[in-house]
Amino acid sequence: MSDPLSLGSYDVAVIGAGVVGCALARAFTLAGARVVVLEKAADVLDGASKGNSAILHTGFDAPEGSLELACIRDGYALYHEVRERLGLPLVRAGAMVLAWSEEEVASLPTLMAQAEANGITDLEPLTGPGARALEPALSAAVRAGFRVPGEHLIDPWSAAHGYLAQALANGAVLLRQAEVLAGRHSGGVWHLATTAGAVSADLVINAAGLWGDEVDRRVTGESWFTIKPRKGQFVVYDKTAAALAGHILLPVPTKITKGIVVCRTAFGNLLVGPTAEEQDDRDHATVERETLQALMRRGEEILPALAEHEVTAVYAGLRPATEEKHYRIRDDLAPGYICVGGIRSTGLSAALGIAAHVLRLAGRDWAAPADPVWPAMPNISVDGQRDWQCAGHGGIVCHCELVTRREIEAALTGPMAAGSLAGLKRRTRVTMGRCQGFYCSAELARISEGRLLQPMLEHD
Amino acid sequence: MTEPEVIVVGAGPAGLSAATELARAGRRVVVLEREAEAGGVPRHCGHSPYGMREFKRVMSGPAYAARLRDTALAAGATIRTGTTVTALLPGGRVEVTSDQGPEMLAAPVVLLAMGVRETSRAARLIGGEKPGGVMNTAALQGLVYLNGQSPFRRPVVLGTELVAFSALLTCRHAGIKPAAMVEPGPRVTAWSAARWLPRLMGVPLYLQSDIAAIRGRSRVEAVVLHTPNGEVEIEADGVIVTGGFRPESALLRTSHLGVDPQGGGPVIDAWGRLADPAYFAAGNLLRGVETAGWCWAEGRRTAHAILSALEGRLPAPGGARLTVAHPALRLAVPQVLGPASDAPHDRLQIRLTRAVKGRLRLTQGDRVLVEARIDALPERRLSLPLPPTLSDAEVRLELEETR
Repeated sequence: MSDPLSLGSYDVAVIGAGVVGCALARAFTLAGARVVVLEKAADVLDGASKGNSAILHTGFDAPEGSLELACIRDGYALYHEVRERLGLPLVRAGAMVLAWSEEEVASLPTLMAQAEANGITDLEPLTGPGARALEPALSAAVRAGFRVPGEHLIDPWSAAHGYLAQALANGAVLLRQAEVLAGRHSGGVWHLATTAGAVSADLVINAAGLWGDEVDRRVTGESWFTIKPRKGQFVVYDKTAAALAGHILLPVPTKITKGIVVCRTAFGNLLVGPTAEEQDDRDHATVERETLQALMRRGEEILPALAEHEVTAVYAGLRPATEEKHYRIRDDLAPGYICVGGIRSTGLSAALGIAAHVLRLAGRDWAAPADPVWPAMPNISVDGQRDWQCAGHGGIVCHCELVTRREIEAALTGPMAAGSLAGLKRRTRVTMGRCQGFYCSAELARISEGRLLQPMLEHD
Repeated sequence: MTEPEVIVVGAGPAGLSAATELARAGRRVVVLEREAEAGGVPRHCGHSPYGMREFKRVMSGPAYAARLRDTALAAGATIRTGTTVTALLPGGRVEVTSDQGPEMLAAPVVLLAMGVRETSRAARLIGGEKPGGVMNTAALQGLVYLNGQSPFRRPVVLGTELVAFSALLTCRHAGIKPAAMVEPGPRVTAWSAARWLPRLMGVPLYLQSDIAAIRGRSRVEAVVLHTPNGEVEIEADGVIVTGGFRPESALLRTSHLGVDPQGGGPVIDAWGRLADPAYFAAGNLLRGVETAGWCWAEGRRTAHAILSALEGRLPAPGGARLTVAHPALRLAVPQVLGPASDAPHDRLQIRLTRAVKGRLRLTQGDRVLVEARIDALPERRLSLPLPPTLSDAEVRLELEETR
């Protein structure tokens, strides 16, 4: 390339390294394409993918016959297929959809019929006492419900990290702090201007999540949908609370939202959330004390004993909803351009299915690697052995989450090295436990000094 | 080292002073410390005064921490740093992990001295975004005194317990100029002279105020306060969340030992002994925060109780269970009261959640055991003498407020 600022030419450029972008990068790389992933933040998973409820959904309540349902079903099956080789956890929790009023009880049969139509055939109806026999900590106010054995818990971040790690191990390239500014299509090739330099690619896939409409505009000149960010606030309880609920406890969903869920996390905590709040701002997701307190009250209505447990963390995430409920995937906006927009809260479950769908849409042939590399992610969940249980870990740095020096070193090295403290947290869980950094902040600042794109401490 | 007779968990002032006494008495004692260095919180508290009670001189935190460690080593105690206890099991067996991997240790007696931590921003449900630059005092002091780093220039300080003034001193040491000090209560929590410090440093003090929201995506840009005069937005690049100390009792919560739901620390008797008599506890783990000197003295007294236990001279566990009967009472320790002459706890240590005027009473049946008039502030030192003899019937701690 003659252009000194050129960062190379590729078969495929994926814009956005959220869970969908990571899954796309993997699918196209394994199909033989040379892929570049363009991420505007200092680290991957910095947008919608940084805060969700970490449930691997079966799709039991997805709209019948929808693309979303098809992608969730495929994504669910594919996660099971790849997870062992990629070292991804699976906590087989099962879910209970619970009705708390007569009105909700009345809507259960419709939900169960929809679930069956969606191909989920192992539902188990529950009476109120039946639900409490399985989950003794449930409030006596529960009326009825049904069990969905296939709903599981996963690590919201290791999945995406694993997909991207496999793409990178098989030749894909990740560019961070590379925000796409403009696009030009000429001679059958896309020329993308980014804040990191110029990139060209035959095929551009927009997986920009909360900025999907904006990226459409910058690259193709117009957008066909509008992102309407929907905020979800969550409360994470101490690990002592995890014993209160084996199942994922779901409410009867409304038209707008799946409602407030109570479930364990893959890290052994207990989660209550999310809220569903419309907002215009795509960059800022705030928590509000009154809302968090309302979530805690709702949690205590479902599990009264929750009142005795401490709050470990709170967070807010933004889902890239649009003016319509369904996924906004299209390949006819411009030649060699596919928009993968409006992937709301089901993105984590559906990502691998979406990637397979988009690969089919692209309809191109590359020479797939005969024997691709399968890098395994380090396990930081309760599903499997942790590094602190093995010798040579260099000592514990984060005491609450038992994160070892060796784990932190690993997360700070390699092609997907953490770029920010938030990224280091997502890869290792440092400072995400009870003390929230009281004990280990200083040590972490020492270890990470000069090694993060976005330093933990900023000096002028 | 052959099998230890006592395992001490935590090498802070309480753990190290206990280890010193036990080693001086000829006992084989091993102290397990998860940090890379022994000394506990004083290690990263760079300012004075430490050591007056223990070493009869004024020392800085790090010098004091080193002196505690050296004294314990000289007495013959073994200190294993970089060693994290991962589980407490019945009968004095503890699971640990270190660079060598997991192992199981056991001793006739295990002394728990894991200390305290401040309440996090998250646990206080402070609103807003989650940028970098929001931290507890201990994290700030670790950065400033251990690393020589400075995380911000104009932070807002939340809280006015003693530790908040320690945070101000740390700021002054690092050339950091706090933008404001914020206290939800009607007055400064720490001793009254402290209220002059923010004024001497030119830091505005907002009473009856709270942080409504923290603004900024990657770094703090502003802090919004709820004040009696409405919302105030302060330009700031950090927040120091101080105080609200709570026992570092995660290991207890997940073990057979459990915690006192009121205070969050272990349930002990006057000997500092838990329901599983292989376990004792001392130091700030018991209550939230006291001074290093207090913890040191408590560790020493508890060591003598442990020596008695090793010689089979302690009375069998048991006694009257204490019930705390007022929401303004945050803590009362020990929680099991019994015949306790020569015991390390001859007074009931009490903490309040808010300022209280009134009468504090210890009763058993219709008998008033002890009564005292109090006019006290939250988190301040408060105690009642324990009666030398008691039956096993329930004892109640009551509070009658006067206006």
